Amino acid sequence: MRAVMSGDDMARALRRIAHEVIEKNRGVADLIVVGIRTRGGPLADRLAALLTEIEGANVPSGIVDIGMYRDDIDKRPRIELGPTEVPEDIDGATIVLVDDVLYTGRTIRAALDALADMGRAAVVQLAVVVDRGHRELPIRADFVGKNLPTSSSEHVTVRVVEIDGEDGVWIEGPDDREDEV
Amino acid sequence: MKSLLTMEGVDRTTLDSLLDDADEFFEVIHRPIPKVPALRGKTVATMFFEPSTRTKLSFERAAKALSADTLSFSPGTSSLKKGESLKDTVLTVQAMGADLMVVRHTSTGAAWRVAEWTGLPVVNGGDGAHQHPTQALLDSLTLRQHFGALDGLRIAIVGDIRHSRVARSDVWAFTTLGAEVTLIAPPTLLPTDLSGWPVATSTDLDEVLSEFDAIYLLRVQAERGGASVFPSVAEYRQRFGMTDARFSRLKPDTIVLHPGPMIRGIEIDAGVADDPRCKVLEQVTNGVAVRMAVLFQLLGGTRDE
Repeated sequence: MRAVMSGDDMARALRRIAHEVIEKNRGVADLIVVGIRTRGGPLADRLAALLTEIEGANVPSGIVDIGMYRDDIDKRPRIELGPTEVPEDIDGATIVLVDDVLYTGRTIRAALDALADMGRAAVVQLAVVVDRGHRELPIRADFVGKNLPTSSSEHVTVRVVEIDGEDGVWIEGPDDREDEV
Repeated sequence: MKSLLTMEGVDRTTLDSLLDDADEFFEVIHRPIPKVPALRGKTVATMFFEPSTRTKLSFERAAKALSADTLSFSPGTSSLKKGESLKDTVLTVQAMGADLMVVRHTSTGAAWRVAEWTGLPVVNGGDGAHQHPTQALLDSLTLRQHFGALDGLRIAIVGDIRHSRVARSDVWAFTTLGAEVTLIAPPTLLPTDLSGWPVATSTDLDEVLSEFDAIYLLRVQAERGGASVFPSVAEYRQRFGMTDARFSRLKPDTIVLHPGPMIRGIEIDAGVADDPRCKVLEQVTNGVAVRMAVLFQLLGGTRDE
């Protein structure tokens, strides 16, 4: 397993993304940061805190669970559902969707469907820590921590301190995955 | 879990996971658009060979909120009247493309037979006086929502235990989730053999009335012979009914549950039925949420886990 981003790298990337979000939206008015469960949740909280700190205006964050929106529920082991908690009415809001890794795009597709069921956001933008390529849908990120060329047989792991006890991004090849379940 | 046929032997992990999922679906059914695409393309057949209002509607509502299609069967208007067998009826509906069947039948074990014949996931929607597992789930969810957990709760199930599939399912769910259950009924309405049931029993409601956190009232089931084993409805009400007077003697935070249909004036007085501590309507709403959880878990996930 090879480290590709340290905790410091991740912190710097999130701070840069925060500035890019502010630049693109000319501030943080009507902005809600929504993380995709599981690791998108704490990442969204951090991004919202950075936006609040930089702009001095409160930016709310929430979390969306996509278990009910997958297109492959009968092809996977049992899907664990978690709470979806978005604090405000999303009608007319600018949503910054946050996830750890952008890969096939199917998770984002599901999250967009979940958001659409909550209301009609004015704009939805996407921020990810790592974009590893191999898209299967016409989806792209607006804000990227690191573009990471990978082969599909490799595995990218993002860890966040709130869940995993440490921050960082690792990549592992098909040969060193024995410790994976 | 391939099918949900009984509550007996279902472990705590499975119950907790179904109730946890039900919490999420409870949130879904309270959204402005109470629908998710989870089971798009799946077909749920509700095969009710015995009359039902709430259970059948509840399963259909649950299936539709998950974007599944429903096939609905009612015996009164079916070819059963022409002599078609149960087996041929369910195989016919399977051939139309059902992915899961909900079966209610007057005979014990009917849902197991349907599961054997079809190989499909089957939910027992009530078989005779035997089991009604989704009722136990919705009752457990209602208790969990109110008290936070069932651990250590003291629950009385009062009334026609002998003819009650609800009691036979509730006893297992409640005790597996950590509650203590006491069955309270006239001797003639208790099952003749209670060996193996993890319960206490009493034949005197007034004596133990103030001990419980929740009182679960059962309907006197005239259609299963329940009305013939005590002298009169008035006497039943006087000894086992949740009258206004008895209700006032409960602990102030005790709640009252009932599986419906309620017969006001027999097992429950109108004043109790309309009191906020009577959770009947919450139970009905929770029924949709737990049935969504059951359908989601049985139709989602790979079969060979």
